[in-house]
Amino acid sequence: MRIDDHPILSFPETDTVTFTYEGKEIAAKKGETIAAALHNEGIIELRRSGDKQRPRGLFCAIGKCSSCLMKVDGVPNVRTCITMASEGMRVEKQNGFPELPREVNDLKPGSIDTAEPDLLVVGGGPAGLKSGLVAAEAGADVIIVDENPFLGGQLIKQTHKFFGSSEQEAGIRGVDIGEELVERVERHKNIKSMTSTSSVGIYEDTVGVYKNMSHFQKINPRKTIIATGATEDMITFPNNDLPGIYGAGGVQTLMNVYGVKPGEKVVMVGAGNVGLIVSYQLLQAGVDVEAIVEIAPRIGGYFVHAAKLRRFGVPILTGHRVLEVEGKERVEKVKVAETNGSGGIVQGSVVDYEVDILALAVGLSPSYKLLGHAGCELQFQPQLGGYVPTRNERMETTVGGLYVAGDAAGIEEATSALLEGTIAGADVGLKIGEGGKAEEDLINDSQEKLSRLRAGPFYRDLRESLKEVGV
Amino acid sequence: MKRRKEEIPLWQSKGYLPAERVNLPPGERMLEGPVAVIECPQRIPCDPCEESCPVGAIHMEDINGVPTVDTEKCTGCSICVENCPGLAIFTLDCSMEGGCEVTLPYEFKLPEIGEEVSALNRKGEEVTKARVKKIKTKENSSGDTSTVTIEIPEEYVKEVRNIRRMK
Repeated sequence: MRIDDHPILSFPETDTVTFTYEGKEIAAKKGETIAAALHNEGIIELRRSGDKQRPRGLFCAIGKCSSCLMKVDGVPNVRTCITMASEGMRVEKQNGFPELPREVNDLKPGSIDTAEPDLLVVGGGPAGLKSGLVAAEAGADVIIVDENPFLGGQLIKQTHKFFGSSEQEAGIRGVDIGEELVERVERHKNIKSMTSTSSVGIYEDTVGVYKNMSHFQKINPRKTIIATGATEDMITFPNNDLPGIYGAGGVQTLMNVYGVKPGEKVVMVGAGNVGLIVSYQLLQAGVDVEAIVEIAPRIGGYFVHAAKLRRFGVPILTGHRVLEVEGKERVEKVKVAETNGSGGIVQGSVVDYEVDILALAVGLSPSYKLLGHAGCELQFQPQLGGYVPTRNERMETTVGGLYVAGDAAGIEEATSALLEGTIAGADVGLKIGEGGKAEEDLINDSQEKLSRLRAGPFYRDLRESLKEVGV
Repeated sequence: MKRRKEEIPLWQSKGYLPAERVNLPPGERMLEGPVAVIECPQRIPCDPCEESCPVGAIHMEDINGVPTVDTEKCTGCSICVENCPGLAIFTLDCSMEGGCEVTLPYEFKLPEIGEEVSALNRKGEEVTKARVKKIKTKENSSGDTSTVTIEIPEEYVKEVRNIRRMK
């Protein structure tokens, strides 16, 4: 169902494209992904699992997990959450393990294009876009690739106003910061951006990218910045794979990018900032938030985000957890109980919520795979979300010329991603462009701003972990 | 080493401030005219309230400080209400006969002027009915957030922080 009246966002009318799903005609808005168009029609089961033929739906909605794989024009394993619907496309539910096509045409020797930019940025979110812009300003020629159909990363989904310092973007909505950044990148003569483009491997002198599922290209950059963001975490409980269970970011993508209402009633798991912010956005999209369930004894996110929800009567159940989800083909009921502090539950505390969505905001893990492939030293730092690369104060990893910025360097905020991107981009500018004093100043200024942001009691553990990885 | 069990304040476990934790402006100040109240008890990195105040009435130690209002300087202009990213500031005005006005940030479908709405407390419970007196839309707001001013009986001025439309 489409959201037609939103207090912050507007979803303008666009042309329609028609594709078929299992032979049935589906109308999609131009620029909409297959999965979003199917959700709008109420189709949330996208495939069946290999072994037990269990129904599966969308989870992350940004191409990070494999929950939404479908068969498109005969090709299996297509991530329908990041693949745009197009006229005449034939979409089928994928059952079990599909057979891979035998013919691969575009990988013949000599048919591969090569590009040689000064800088390749992998990931077009806040860190990636900012780093590309700063390097381009210093004279570098830059390619930015992102596997999503749009640039902007998660910024373009943030309808709330940012916190932080007024000197930076505080008080401005993430979506507006994102739009401005994307516009500046698209206008810049030194930057070429490639969307719907996955980076599939990184080698000593080249990065392999794959555009639109059909075109392979080699990029041989002088420097590379990895700004691949993060993946949403999952927790264990019976039936945690049912369609209707989404990452909080997945829900956010559906409602704030595509204007598709993800359901009618939701239980949110996790009272960190992501869980609180997305719950509020669900209210704004007209979805009832029945409860926010948090296993810890206290609310992990900012108090003010929690207070906005409480003022609308949304209960925040600290010291509670999800026991299980019930439902035949999709989420129908969520069972929640109070924890007794020693691994069990308080007897008689089980409550059933009849909802059609369970959203999980239970943490994020840095997307470190390309960094690992390149041979960077990685460290496991739970406070930063998982595996993160060792780096110096200018975000360069242990592999020379390879930088990291944003959530891929450790889970923080978009504001810190922008600053890390600035530092990495400025250092690249210094080394290969015509950069000089301006870039040195940018680096010093951004480092100072970062340490001020991280100074409060809220970020004590984060600061300790950052020391370990070299910042 | 066994760690002593920490007492968790209500606002951290339940998500709302109990009335005694709110730094309300003095009663006589509210009788003089509008004045801001900030319900932001946590040290987080954020400063648009301090920066947006045209008379320098909001003070913070540093960007992670908890903001306080100098109620003598504050003119009740509501610019901080429009600018706070956490929607945590309200203005209270008891200078009129027989009631008080509360100006609150509101990022939902706006009511009409004159409309009767439910006035909710910090837990979202209806405590009284209210009449909408003024609306400032997002477009006219200095901070991209719309505000709604409602009139309520004076005894609820310490409690009412939200509205719900009845239709």
